[in-house]
Amino acid sequence: MDAPPAIELRGVSRRYGERLALADVSVTVPAGATLVVFGPNGAGKSTLLRVLATLLRPHGGATVVLGEPLPARQWAVRGRVGLLAHDALLYRDLSARENLRFHARLHGVPERRVEELLDRVELRGRADDPVRTLSRGLLQRVAVCRAVLHDPPLLLLDEPRANLDPAAAALIEPLIGRASGRTRVITSHDPAGGLAEADLALGLRGGRVALRAPAAEIDVRAVEELYA
Amino acid sequence: MHAKGLRALTLATLAALTVTLALVVFYAPNDADQGFIQKLFYLHVPIAIVTLVAYVVAGVLAYKHLRTDERRWDVRSYVVIHIALIFNILGLVTGAIWAKASWGHWWVWDEPTLVSFLIVFLLYATYQPLRFAIEDPERQARYASVFAIMAGAFVPLNFIAVRMASSLVHPRTFATAEGGLPGEMMLVFLVSLAAMTLLFWLLVKYEIAHKHATWQLRALRRRLLGDDAVAPLGRSAAPAIVPEAVGRRADAPAPAPSISPSDAPGAAR
Amino acid sequence: MTGAATPGQPPTAGARAGAGGAAAARDRGPGRPAGALRPALALLRKDLLLERRAPESVPAMVLFTCTTFVLFHFGLGRNAVEGSLAAGVLLVTLLLAAILGINRLFVAEQAEGGFDAVLLAPIDRTAVFVAKAAALLVFLVLVELVAVPAFALLLLEGSIWRSLPGLVAVLALLDVGLAVVGAVVSALAIRTRARDLIVPMVALPLLVPALIGAARAAAPLLATGGASWPSARWLLVLGLYDLVFGLLAYAVFDFLLED
Repeated sequence: MDAPPAIELRGVSRRYGERLALADVSVTVPAGATLVVFGPNGAGKSTLLRVLATLLRPHGGATVVLGEPLPARQWAVRGRVGLLAHDALLYRDLSARENLRFHARLHGVPERRVEELLDRVELRGRADDPVRTLSRGLLQRVAVCRAVLHDPPLLLLDEPRANLDPAAAALIEPLIGRASGRTRVITSHDPAGGLAEADLALGLRGGRVALRAPAAEIDVRAVEELYA
Repeated sequence: MHAKGLRALTLATLAALTVTLALVVFYAPNDADQGFIQKLFYLHVPIAIVTLVAYVVAGVLAYKHLRTDERRWDVRSYVVIHIALIFNILGLVTGAIWAKASWGHWWVWDEPTLVSFLIVFLLYATYQPLRFAIEDPERQARYASVFAIMAGAFVPLNFIAVRMASSLVHPRTFATAEGGLPGEMMLVFLVSLAAMTLLFWLLVKYEIAHKHATWQLRALRRRLLGDDAVAPLGRSAAPAIVPEAVGRRADAPAPAPSISPSDAPGAAR
Repeated sequence: MTGAATPGQPPTAGARAGAGGAAAARDRGPGRPAGALRPALALLRKDLLLERRAPESVPAMVLFTCTTFVLFHFGLGRNAVEGSLAAGVLLVTLLLAAILGINRLFVAEQAEGGFDAVLLAPIDRTAVFVAKAAALLVFLVLVELVAVPAFALLLLEGSIWRSLPGLVAVLALLDVGLAVVGAVVSALAIRTRARDLIVPMVALPLLVPALIGAARAAAPLLATGGASWPSARWLLVLGLYDLVFGLLAYAVFDFLLED
């Protein structure tokens, strides 16, 4: 196993005034693996995701993402991470195509990639309609396209299956699923489903690590206890 | 530790203020036209100068904060602006009194220092509401610093623009028939300026020392009595000083060898 | 080197091959990404497209200025104004209209989590500043294309044609100042709780020197039988203001977007 780990966190912390949103978080994620993060609301899952995405700077500890230490080398990581969170990050009055082209320009990605992705999620027909006219399922498909547009080796997914219909789920699986070969960090509120998808599971509670083990070694009940 | 030298400074300030008062009342010549009230000039103008310089200094402190990302610079910047705002109000009040005595109106648009003083006040009066409107303490400090830098650059620019715009009907403060302040007036003026500067500095030091004491006390209570003994911080415009030096917070575990982000290999930003 | 090679699990050919070339080209080394101009153009294009598609700011600003002229007519009790009074009415109205535009500048980003999109992209954050300032500048010019003729029609004593080139020069310099200060204050205020209150409170005092320069420059232009070109002195003040705040804003803007 020569490839360096995609993510290496050692004692990472992030302040929020007097509180610690993340405290002493340590985990190592090998390249291509899937880490699923569990925890109740306010546990720090989103904060962790945002730190990995270089949107928030870690305040303490050692953070290494894709081989680069953060925040010192954040610019080397930016552009190699794909984020799919609650906000679709799409402008409602622009069409799917216009939105994706905009993101393509920001990331220096050629336009044909936009067309290619629109084809893959079968959205060619509605690509020119303003995004606010799309159903949530279709919107999520566009959001997925946006997240993988620049072909990032690391994907950060905040409850990705929330709005999808089964047909769409099948379409996006090769883009953001295990088969995509990317390293993935997924937050989940579904203990059974989440564990099934994970290589590695991390449980957060109050910003601290309450649970960390390879998925195969964890019982669903241990995860459920986090929410108790 | 922040009270070091405070006593000496207090004594020096009191001495300077006393000397100034004595000089103003007994030594400075009475103005032929305006009489005793004209002596307010010895208070008003030094206050104004100290205030404007303080605002610029606060901008520099804010710049240091952005550069080093160290909380203490933000605290200093905040306190300097805070005290400067008080001086600003004092300056406006003394200016108004002086204007009434000298020119018969409580406000004159032709005195550019006074006018730019008002504009600057209106700007810096937004500093605390701005801080208060941002809940995330880190972001609050950062945005406040951006504001302080922009406003600090604004002060001289504003002064120049207002000065250019005012009609030069009324005599400028430093102009006499000869074109400059006579020796005795200049002496009193300089002494007063020194006293005001000391007073400003003293107030800043007091406030910073007070803040540090309050925060250390809070941290100690937390550590000794647990988190529940301390009321949670509400929203606040003032920067929080979380003294790492006091020791581990009660809720923090023994720290693992912590590599601060600036030490991370790969050089700084 | 992208770190995603998983033994025994080749990446899906279709998805990766197409973008492979692009990915390699994009893998920049350490430090800041190159250039802010192209991303700024992309951002500007997006903002202008949005405003054209769903016009909000420009129509509101135009209506505001025209209504305010009517207010001034009644407020001042005058049928026509000239000289420094005219300059004051016109410029203060434009300033207040600009505040409307400044308030709306980052609304789309704020509403749709759009900040994240820009923050995740490997682009220099000052591109956002350049793009937003440019967008505001375009909006202001569009508004003035209607507001100035409206003003000349409704309130101005005498003809505006003679002094139009001079007026255009003054407004151009003023607009740059408005755009620069507006972009920074807007970014400052957007992530606070009292956004639409903070903007006028902070921006208006900051804009006073620009107003002074513009008003003093425009007053002789709008006087009946007055000058046809503003005095260099006030243009210089405006220019200096634009330069100082432009550079300053460019330098500090990064800190407003970072976390």
